[in-house]
Amino acid sequence: MLSRIAESLFWIGRYVERADGTARILDVHLERLNHLPLEEQRSVARALLAVMGARPQSEDFGLPELLHSLAYDKQSASSIAGALSAARENARRARETVSSSMWEGLNTTYYGLNQHRKDVVGTYRFCNWVLERTAMVRGLADSTVSHDESWLFLVLGRSLERADMTARMLSTRDVQSAGMSWVNMLRCAGAYESFLRTRRAAFGDQHAAEFLLLDRLFPRSIVFALRDADECLAKLDPSAQRVGFINDARRIVGQARTFLEFHRTDDLMSELPEHMERVQKAVTQASDAISRKYFNQADEHAWVGEVS
Amino acid sequence: MSELFQGYSEAAARSGAYDEMFAPGQLARKSYGQVAGALSELSLADVTARADSMARTFLDRGVTFDYAGEERPFPLDIVPRVIPADEWDVLERGVAQRVHALEAFLNDVYGRMSVVSDGVIPRQLVTTSAHFHRAVHGFEPAGGVRVHVSGIDVVRDSAGTFRVLEDNVRVPSGVSYVLENRQAMAKGLPEAFGQQHIRPVEEYPRRLLSALRKTAPSGVDDPTVVVLTPGVFNSAYFEHTLLAGLMGVELVEGRDLICRGNRVYMRTTAGEQRVDVIYKRIDDDFLDPLQFRSDSMLGCPGLVNAARAGGVTIANAVGNGVADDKLVYSYVPDLIRYYLHEEPVIANVDTFRLEEKEAREHVLDRLEELVVKPVDGSGGKGLVIGPDASKEELDALRKRVIADPRGWIAQPVLQLSTVPTLSGDRFGPRHVDLRPFAVNDGDDVWVLPGGLTRVALKEGSLIVNSSQGGGSKDTWVLADTPQLPAEALPRQTVTVREQVSVWPVESNWRDRQTDQQQ
Repeated sequence: MLSRIAESLFWIGRYVERADGTARILDVHLERLNHLPLEEQRSVARALLAVMGARPQSEDFGLPELLHSLAYDKQSASSIAGALSAARENARRARETVSSSMWEGLNTTYYGLNQHRKDVVGTYRFCNWVLERTAMVRGLADSTVSHDESWLFLVLGRSLERADMTARMLSTRDVQSAGMSWVNMLRCAGAYESFLRTRRAAFGDQHAAEFLLLDRLFPRSIVFALRDADECLAKLDPSAQRVGFINDARRIVGQARTFLEFHRTDDLMSELPEHMERVQKAVTQASDAISRKYFNQADEHAWVGEVS
Repeated sequence: MSELFQGYSEAAARSGAYDEMFAPGQLARKSYGQVAGALSELSLADVTARADSMARTFLDRGVTFDYAGEERPFPLDIVPRVIPADEWDVLERGVAQRVHALEAFLNDVYGRMSVVSDGVIPRQLVTTSAHFHRAVHGFEPAGGVRVHVSGIDVVRDSAGTFRVLEDNVRVPSGVSYVLENRQAMAKGLPEAFGQQHIRPVEEYPRRLLSALRKTAPSGVDDPTVVVLTPGVFNSAYFEHTLLAGLMGVELVEGRDLICRGNRVYMRTTAGEQRVDVIYKRIDDDFLDPLQFRSDSMLGCPGLVNAARAGGVTIANAVGNGVADDKLVYSYVPDLIRYYLHEEPVIANVDTFRLEEKEAREHVLDRLEELVVKPVDGSGGKGLVIGPDASKEELDALRKRVIADPRGWIAQPVLQLSTVPTLSGDRFGPRHVDLRPFAVNDGDDVWVLPGGLTRVALKEGSLIVNSSQGGGSKDTWVLADTPQLPAEALPRQTVTVREQVSVWPVESNWRDRQTDQQQ
């Protein structure tokens, strides 16, 4: 398939997952933010924005500005609306490759972005709507796109972004001065029920973090997402079966996953910030390596002489 | 007839044009019987609700064109345009004939130029055309076809006669709307389809793909076809994606291609892959920075050389623009007689060549009664309609015509035929044209039954281009022999198919179990 199309699919996967993850984080934190005194609210809003990888536009940054930059700002790819617009734009560029129902799903989502009230209450509804729409797009992709190379790029983007988003979710724990309760953290990832059923009586910060970081069966845990990404990469490049890897992306993803999976610790909570930082870094590096290997067009428009 | 048609006959009489649906006296023509019947059952609320839902579907599906950087849905009117079989027969023959003639003309112009040496047209006519590209002179394109796809615009004058308005053999667009309109209409006005057999349009992508594959460079067993688009900001981007999708081929941009050793390759995740046929949806000027505009980022350097060496088929061939020149258009009837030894099936619109002194003086005296068009314009750009123009516009036009008489032609104002079109709370007559699409695979010219009917949505307006507020209509060509007999026969009972069994015989433990239970 065309490199350009592969790149579009990869980014559709990433952007849709980003919108989903951001909606989850925003939804959970809004509740707490509302209860805080104004001054604290502002500092928490700034910190939250920093965790999502953006910087405040102006000095005067409070709750309404936070809503704008995480939910409604179409210009910024770290907001929900921005990510969904970007996903739709990518689908438009790869429209002959994605299935028409998936394209329509993204397109109608894009046109629905403006139909929400942009206050706090409206944002709750907006976040819910985004979760529904992204789930629908994922479902349509799974059931209407052939699970060939194009689908692998889509899933690759999705799983890398998912690892990144879960890492950010866990990082937001430190943002709230009172600390976010582990219940909320699990709710954020939609993991509450799964966690309760697996861990039964054992609960607390440590176990919740462990679940989101290391659980091998919960699909939004970091280890699970990295394993998914690893599998996609292996299928995309079946050449290096016996020894070693010629693919940087596989090395990066694989190292991150295995370190987490086989790491032994007694004090996960104090190590957590480092883990989160390294996971996010690995995702960025892997994404770069994938671009270099599959999408790179640095020599575009180069004049190639007539000699063959 | 329902109140939706109130005041229609008066409005139709005002315009003086031929109405496609009603004969004088507000009687529906025979071909429109079903449509008229279906519409008379509907109230205003029904019609508006259906029109809204059709528009909404178009937006959701992304059936849009780009206008000033904004995606707009292409307005589709709820009343179809119906063409009876006998009229279509003439159109089909006329379009195919014209494509054959233009194909022969282009081959000649980029070769021996016998049409000039035999005195049919002046040499100057060709050499002064802005789209006569010397870069492609002197070789026959791989596959031997130049006009793979064409859109010959035809209109109907006030007497009801079809006439050719212009030829588009460069990059004719609009066929995607033909395909989408039919789907939308099947949901929007299902009653009107009724018992009649309307000729289907969905085979177009198949026909196009097979024509493109057939004209691949020789020696290629399984040719790779791609659609070359200028990119997502092109006004027809939707069409490019739709055609590539329906043909199941890659949609490439210039930056995806690379020319090496007179072969063309595309960059894929598995390395470079040879491309044999390029369905080009980009203007010649931007195609190859080595030959044409050197600042173009849309094309790919080396394409023209590759085509010259026979390493790739470009469809439509580079340099076809000379046949679109409106001054060449005025010679097409002569070209048909010269190359095919036939009389033209569809006549041209009378055209004044402004280089001829007498014609020019005559035209300059009557500018306010005529339409004046630039010879290389498209999309209704630069055209001046005398009766609608102000005195200043006409004066400016006069100066430009005198300065460059080769650059303009003049035609009488045609009252294009009208079809009822929803406007506000009722139907009014609106002017339409028709662009039938033809696919040429080298042996055969196939004309898509129907084509794109564009409609000017403003009352009295004669400009149907989408960039200037035009919409479209689904175009129905009725089949000659209805598939269903006139009287419905008692339905045959469906013959039950004999059951075929290929699976291994089931082990019968379950049967035994049920036996035991009993």
